[in-house]
Amino acid sequence: MSQTGLLSIDSVTMRFGGLAAVSEVSVHVDKGELIGLIGPNGAGKTTLFNLMTGVYTPSEGFVSFDGNSLNGRKPFEIVGSGMARTFQNIRLFKALTALENVKIAANIHRQASLFDVVLRTPRLLKLDAEIDAFSRDLLAQLDLADVADVRASDLPYGLQRRLEIARALATEPQLLLLDEPAAGMNPQEKAQLMGLIRQIRERFSLTILLIEHDMKLVMGICERIYVLEYGKLIAEGKPEEIQKNPKVIAAYLGEETE
Amino acid sequence: MRWLLGRIGVVVLTCAILLVANRLIIDNIKEYYVSVLVLCGLYATLAVSLNLINGITGQFSIGHAGFYAVGAYVGGAWTMLIRPLVVKSLPILQTGTQIGDHLNLFIALVLGTVCAGLTGLLVGLPSLRLRGDYLAIVTLGFGEVIRIVILNMDVVGGPRGFTPITELVNNHGIPLVWIFGLLVVVVAFSRNLLKSAQGLKFLAVREDEIAADAMGVNTTRVKVTAFVIGSAFAGAAGVLYAHCQTGITPDSFDMNTSIIITTMVVLGGTGSISGSLLAGIALTALPELLRNDFIKEYRMVIFSTLLVVFMLTRPQGIFGHREIALPRFLRRLGRKGEPNP
Repeated sequence: MSQTGLLSIDSVTMRFGGLAAVSEVSVHVDKGELIGLIGPNGAGKTTLFNLMTGVYTPSEGFVSFDGNSLNGRKPFEIVGSGMARTFQNIRLFKALTALENVKIAANIHRQASLFDVVLRTPRLLKLDAEIDAFSRDLLAQLDLADVADVRASDLPYGLQRRLEIARALATEPQLLLLDEPAAGMNPQEKAQLMGLIRQIRERFSLTILLIEHDMKLVMGICERIYVLEYGKLIAEGKPEEIQKNPKVIAAYLGEETE
Repeated sequence: MRWLLGRIGVVVLTCAILLVANRLIIDNIKEYYVSVLVLCGLYATLAVSLNLINGITGQFSIGHAGFYAVGAYVGGAWTMLIRPLVVKSLPILQTGTQIGDHLNLFIALVLGTVCAGLTGLLVGLPSLRLRGDYLAIVTLGFGEVIRIVILNMDVVGGPRGFTPITELVNNHGIPLVWIFGLLVVVVAFSRNLLKSAQGLKFLAVREDEIAADAMGVNTTRVKVTAFVIGSAFAGAAGVLYAHCQTGITPDSFDMNTSIIITTMVVLGGTGSISGSLLAGIALTALPELLRNDFIKEYRMVIFSTLLVVFMLTRPQGIFGHREIALPRFLRRLGRKGEPNP
């Protein structure tokens, strides 16, 4: 395992009853990397994400982030330590506005007690103003300022995806996990998304790990790629290496090779 | 410290308005209508407090009458059982004087609120792991458990009830001030919660628990907080109820009561403070004011029919998640000083 590693997953296994959705998988991510996680449907990619973010606790193995073990820690604690995610099926707070969606995530580093909230103390007013300014600024950086007061469910699909990323960024993460950010997008939107991912990576000095099915996108922006099949890691390497790897071609890319 | 003075100012002003209104009401309105007002205030409080749990946090609880009962019996137990024991050493607690009555009621309120809140914690911690209809059934069950426990406690009268908590009844004005004071507090509490970015956490849990969790919201804590606070307010309403009836029996806190409170929240629009408030008042006042035998007899049938019709045609309730325009208008005025501490 790398010494400068931000995230390390050490031979992790996750069993649901008799089925091992993920078995003996090891992944390490260094600071600043942009890494892709690919694999056919049901390969265990999202399960791996859920293991990292604390939704599941691994049956075997360890996950550690920034030098601390994550085993047994709750999702909301893990977010606080600097790992945020988006969801495969968009999970925005639908009835709330874009701004409110971001504000909820921005709460995480700006907590007030219930006492403050009920009495509206100066401390709360200051925090609220801070959250408001921070959230509006973030929306503006992601070109969402115009839709700040639109209900999340009324936003077009592409903007909903974008808002989900904005919401994850509001937790001020070091590592951003994107679960199929391009799912359901048309080629134009995908191109925009690639630009967006590069841009936020620069601006927020993020490390990014993304799950994706769209090969063009993955090969286009990822520096390293992990390939999962039936819960096992079958390959790891640079995009060019992955494209040539016979195991990967057999499992996944199939006739897409030249 | 200026803000603190401002807040105290609002509280004092509210108290003054309530006291003046109270005097006017007692002097000019028939006792029967006063008792309708009392019930309206209590049910509005119950609806707004349940709205904290059901509407704002999205945890469908239908056992609110249980916490109402805890408050009523703890408050009653203070006034009827404990106070007589301590009154000898603390003569100020003698009822019949203004100060004695207010102080006595205040102590009862504190005890009832705390006990109901603790019961809420006890019920909430295990059951809030459940969602939707499962949670509804568990809370309904706990509500009944509380009632049946009281039914079997001889020290508070068991099935005969706890009678009579008479000292304060003759002095109608006192509970009325407290009832509307409590209503103002619960409304102000809900409104301040929703006004702050911090309160959005509660809405996040309602909207999508998994996403809320992934965005750093401690969902268990949020749910339990809402549950405890909602229960505590119901307990406070219970204390006041016990002190303006000639007696209470476990029957006053049965499943029907829970269902009526839930109906108010759902009809008003889950999540809408003003909706719960108005539905609480309307659904209490209408059957009383239209007191004819048909409505009285078929109240529950009408309620449940209404509920079904609403669920089919307007599942979000009359006001949906929104607040009506009047409070928004008042709020704008309020920035300059008047309502809600």
